[in-house]
Amino acid sequence: MARLAACGLLIFLGAIATAWAEGLEVTVADPYLELRTGPGRGFPIVHVVERGASVRVLKRRTDWFQVQDADGREGWVHRKQMAETLVPAGERMEIDDPAREDFGAHRREVGLLIGDYGGANVVTAYGAYAFNEHLAGEFALSHLLGNFSDGQVATLGVTHVPRPDWRIQPFLSIGTGVIRIKPKGTLVQTPERTDQVAYAGIGVRAYLARRFILRGEYKEYVVFTDRDENEEDIEWKVGFAFFF
Amino acid sequence: MESRLRILLLSGLVLAAGCSHMPWRDDEPAEGPPPPEQTGEIPVVIDPQVERREVKPAKIDTENWEAGAYVGSLSVEDFEVNVVYGARIAYHINEDFFAEGIAGTSDAGLSSFERLSGGAPLLTDSERQFTYYSLGFGWNALPGEIFLGGKRALNSAVYLTLGGGATRFAGGDRFTLTAGAGARVLIKDWLAVHLDMRDHVHEIDVLGSNKTSHNFEATLSLTAFF
Repeated sequence: MARLAACGLLIFLGAIATAWAEGLEVTVADPYLELRTGPGRGFPIVHVVERGASVRVLKRRTDWFQVQDADGREGWVHRKQMAETLVPAGERMEIDDPAREDFGAHRREVGLLIGDYGGANVVTAYGAYAFNEHLAGEFALSHLLGNFSDGQVATLGVTHVPRPDWRIQPFLSIGTGVIRIKPKGTLVQTPERTDQVAYAGIGVRAYLARRFILRGEYKEYVVFTDRDENEEDIEWKVGFAFFF
Repeated sequence: MESRLRILLLSGLVLAAGCSHMPWRDDEPAEGPPPPEQTGEIPVVIDPQVERREVKPAKIDTENWEAGAYVGSLSVEDFEVNVVYGARIAYHINEDFFAEGIAGTSDAGLSSFERLSGGAPLLTDSERQFTYYSLGFGWNALPGEIFLGGKRALNSAVYLTLGGGATRFAGGDRFTLTAGAGARVLIKDWLAVHLDMRDHVHEIDVLGSNKTSHNFEATLSLTAFF
């Protein structure tokens, strides 16, 4: 908890520091620029800036840019209007926005999945790094929450995307890791155990919008126990992810 | 003859000014074209003071992340209402949706059974600590403004959230679904106050039989956009 609070404080201080970052001056090229009171389509337009006048871009929140005109009036402008302004070099303002084309070519991905692992609920957070368009390395941490036992699974694996140009991309995955199972206290006391696991799976990723992906997967696990027989488990999960 | 020389000199100056705009100017020391023949003293006709326009990629501060801490009260079913502390982080995907993660902790009190029977407590002190996390989505259902008097308006939103996670209580971790509603008021462009109501739902068997436990909380939080 204390660590979380410290993280929060650091992030807070970082936010204050970035609040002083200098803005970019752009010239209005559309007939006019509409300034709203807030970053959303529902907020009223309170000022307009005419073509040829310049405004300073202060910050961006989702699709909205906060700008300040020469008289010091501030307001929020939508990305579509912002794209019609000119930077000092006389060129259109380039807005760095991830698009559909970036989905197949992205490097990093972070996501969250919820589902079922061998009858227990599972919550997974994962991070992936793509070596190329087809192949990515993936690290996942799962929390297993069953009626009779709890546990954690940490795995390292690779995923293969045969068609990175598709909007809905099937993928194959294979990997290994460790599982720790702790039986619940109210039942007969059995010791906590840690075993190695290996998995193979299939899944699908679908591009939604901006940096946003929907993901679903099915995996079959083999748990290498120290008993006579290995254990086999089935897992399915759905969730969402961001790429960047 | 003199006018021809002047033209030569002028073109030399213009060329030199033009070359100062060339992209390779930074790579090599500026070497203008060979200076024109100078015969005698010729006054400088033009003194080119062309400022190079600065071309740099847009450095716009994006503020899609939001982080902060909260405090409030949590009603642990059968175990009284107590103070809860927690932290929250959110990523705003667009003006309508955000992803959020929360984690909080509280010390549950005594159940009515423990209080009335006067017998041995059901749980140890460490088992009585109620700790949870939840990861999920939010939808800004009602964006708007809050008016303070006639001159001030603060941006606000009422949102609905749904998430999944786990709760550690009574000696076990349990899968937990969290549903909630909240109101966010931006007191500065980068600073927000939230009032949240959430329900953490999980299955529990601490009082004998398995049952669905609803644990409501109301919290007040302060978050910063970055």
